[in-house]
Amino acid sequence: MSATARITAGVVAVVVAAAALGYIAYGGIGENLVYYWSPTELVQAGPRAFGPIIRLGGLVKQGTVEWNKEANFIAFQVTDGKEQVKVENTGAPTQMFREGIGVVVEGTFSTDGVFRSNRLMVKHSNEYRAPQDGVPVEELYKTMEEEVNR
Amino acid sequence: MVSLFGTLAVLVGLAAAGTGMVLGLSSADRRRTGSAALIRGLAYANVCMLALANGLMVYALVAHDFSVSYVAEVGSRSTPLFFTIVSLWASLNGSLLFWAFMVALYTALAARVCRHRFAELMPLTLGVSLLVCAFFDFLVAGVTNPFAPVTPVPPDGPGPNPLLQNHPLMAFHPPALYAGYVGMAVPYAMVIAALVKGKLESDWVRALRLWMILPWLCLTLGIVAGGWWSYEVLGWGGYWAWDPVENASFLPWLTATAFLHSLYLLERRRVLAGWTVALGLATFLLTVLGTFMTRSGVFNSVHSFTQSAIGPIFLGFLAANLLGCVLLFALRVDKIAGRGSMGKPLSRESAFLFNNLLFVGLTFMVLVGTVFPLLTDALRDQKISVGEPYFNRMAVPLGVGILFLMGVGPALPWGSTTLTDLRRRFLLPLAAGIAALGLALSVGARGVWPLLTFGLAGFAAWVSIAEIAAPIRLRVRNKGESLGKATRRVFATSRRRIGGHLVHLGISAIFVAIAASSAYKEQAAATLNVGQAVQVGPYSVTFAGARGEQEPHRYSLIADFKVRRGDQDLGVQSPRLNYYATRREPLGTPAVSEGFRHDLYLILLNVAEDGSHASVEAQIHPLVAWIWYLVPVLVLGIAIAMWPERKSALPAATAEGAARRASP
Repeated sequence: MSATARITAGVVAVVVAAAALGYIAYGGIGENLVYYWSPTELVQAGPRAFGPIIRLGGLVKQGTVEWNKEANFIAFQVTDGKEQVKVENTGAPTQMFREGIGVVVEGTFSTDGVFRSNRLMVKHSNEYRAPQDGVPVEELYKTMEEEVNR
Repeated sequence: MVSLFGTLAVLVGLAAAGTGMVLGLSSADRRRTGSAALIRGLAYANVCMLALANGLMVYALVAHDFSVSYVAEVGSRSTPLFFTIVSLWASLNGSLLFWAFMVALYTALAARVCRHRFAELMPLTLGVSLLVCAFFDFLVAGVTNPFAPVTPVPPDGPGPNPLLQNHPLMAFHPPALYAGYVGMAVPYAMVIAALVKGKLESDWVRALRLWMILPWLCLTLGIVAGGWWSYEVLGWGGYWAWDPVENASFLPWLTATAFLHSLYLLERRRVLAGWTVALGLATFLLTVLGTFMTRSGVFNSVHSFTQSAIGPIFLGFLAANLLGCVLLFALRVDKIAGRGSMGKPLSRESAFLFNNLLFVGLTFMVLVGTVFPLLTDALRDQKISVGEPYFNRMAVPLGVGILFLMGVGPALPWGSTTLTDLRRRFLLPLAAGIAALGLALSVGARGVWPLLTFGLAGFAAWVSIAEIAAPIRLRVRNKGESLGKATRRVFATSRRRIGGHLVHLGISAIFVAIAASSAYKEQAAATLNVGQAVQVGPYSVTFAGARGEQEPHRYSLIADFKVRRGDQDLGVQSPRLNYYATRREPLGTPAVSEGFRHDLYLILLNVAEDGSHASVEAQIHPLVAWIWYLVPVLVLGIAIAMWPERKSALPAATAEGAARRASP
């Protein structure tokens, strides 16, 4: 092979490999995206809300927390001041979980109107400020962190 | 006083680095040479000033001098001395100060080590390297100055982030990671010098390898220590979550690994010069991208320090470097093109090439998954994140592919091969792979990907052991040397080969540990009254009661669990929740009982106010501790490979090579 032919072959190989990888990556991403929604957005989405993995952010509504110790889950409502969604989260509550706290739950919305999650993230920041009703959901996400945060 | 002297030291450092940078970069012009000694001197001056500044900051921290802004930010009279010292890198401004010192240190080391060599390339290399130094000095002196004076002087500070006070690994993980990150600046500068001068001779390639392998090792140690820290401190029951910041450290590690392999190919066969150079440039650019992602607050994660103004500056630095690299590469790459030729598809060369493609593919897919949410947020104003399943689905096959090539590559000969030769070379490794697979099946391992990993790891491990043992056996057989003498001779003459295969051996075993710990994790969660038990795997975990413990800097709520395995009493494990004065919510510390076969890992979720019941999550992580146990093997391998070979040993090396060629 001449030098030019080799370079051409190399370029073609790289382009093909990149395109294939890009396609796989894009397809893989499409299936594994996690959407960040507020209760209002979830309610407005209607049937589109059934299926995809959603991170639902809001405040734990006062007086709605029930802890089922035997079946090992907690039920509560998440509100953004306008709408509320009933949530059932697998597992016991963490020590810092309480009514009125800001949370993000990750899971799926079922047709029976319950949001079932297996991951609960609690607002947990150094500069603690009491969350307020009607706080924009984007603001909440900014201060929300995963396992632990700073 | 500390404020004044600290700022002055950084400013003098900046002046030295800036002058050195200008002198060094101007040596790109052939007519200007001869200031090499001055540039070296300026590099030394810069590192001395930055060492002084870091020393002053540590002094201010230890002396609780709250008139210094950084001390007021992270210092506290109640923090133990050890954590006071390591809080030098506990927050943004201090970590950048330390960072600036590290890059200054690397630059000065490169200047010192290569002072009698590479007269043509060194001034420019130091110029580019000092450019990076000057950038960090500038950040520290201006935007993020940790020495800024505070008035009125506060009586006490909040102390470092409690997460960083929870474990001694905090003293190790950040500096190792920084040493890996900033160390990439030297090979970057060397690659740029090679491109500008159009010279990539084999002694320069060897120097590149040396200067890349050291930061590579540091980065590896930093990543593993980070995973270990995450596992021991964060208490979510894992060591890797594809967090954007973990990815940020993983990306340059991937390209650096690919770079080290293609450098070897370039040195041995004079091929893939352009590709290798591109990997070297990309590695540094990815560290800058990673720094941007971790230090600008665009991501929320364990590592994101509070919003800061340095985001746009880093983005600008990244853009300028990227543009410069692309232009330089396009204009100059034909000047350094290799003269060698690739072998047949079934040769060691192609294995190297495919290995490189897989590494780059993995880099690409991690990069896409990491920056995708940033792009959709910026372009479509849509808040999303990319789930862990994406990364696992992509990384597992690519990782297994890399493991496959790690076994097959060294087993293949250079150039070309025949079918009979192939059969001879692959027979024993294949048997070892099948044996490993059989062993895994017999202890109950199931699942396609994990089993594939175990089989391939057996194959690769056999190849590595055989590659280490073969020259020793040859010496014993052909030269009649004793086993001890032959081993000593081989270690003296083939350090790179021995070291490289030791690293491969360690990596094969780490692959097994990762596959087992992620595929066969078991867990059980329950809320227990005192005396009640939960079963996980072979263990029964009984809640024995809760207690409190007051320390100067925190209050801990501790739950005691009695652990039994059948009739065997395994003692008490005590996961805890720690309360720090500066935050309302507690931080958990899991109880980890480490073992060769598996770890038992207890996470305390909550304790009732009266101590009558507690919620616990009990997990079993098979083989996970091997990930950390095997790190010394990697360090040993790299140390052997980096140890300079004695000149007098060289003839023996050729004789050994000749003996090897003569054998059937």
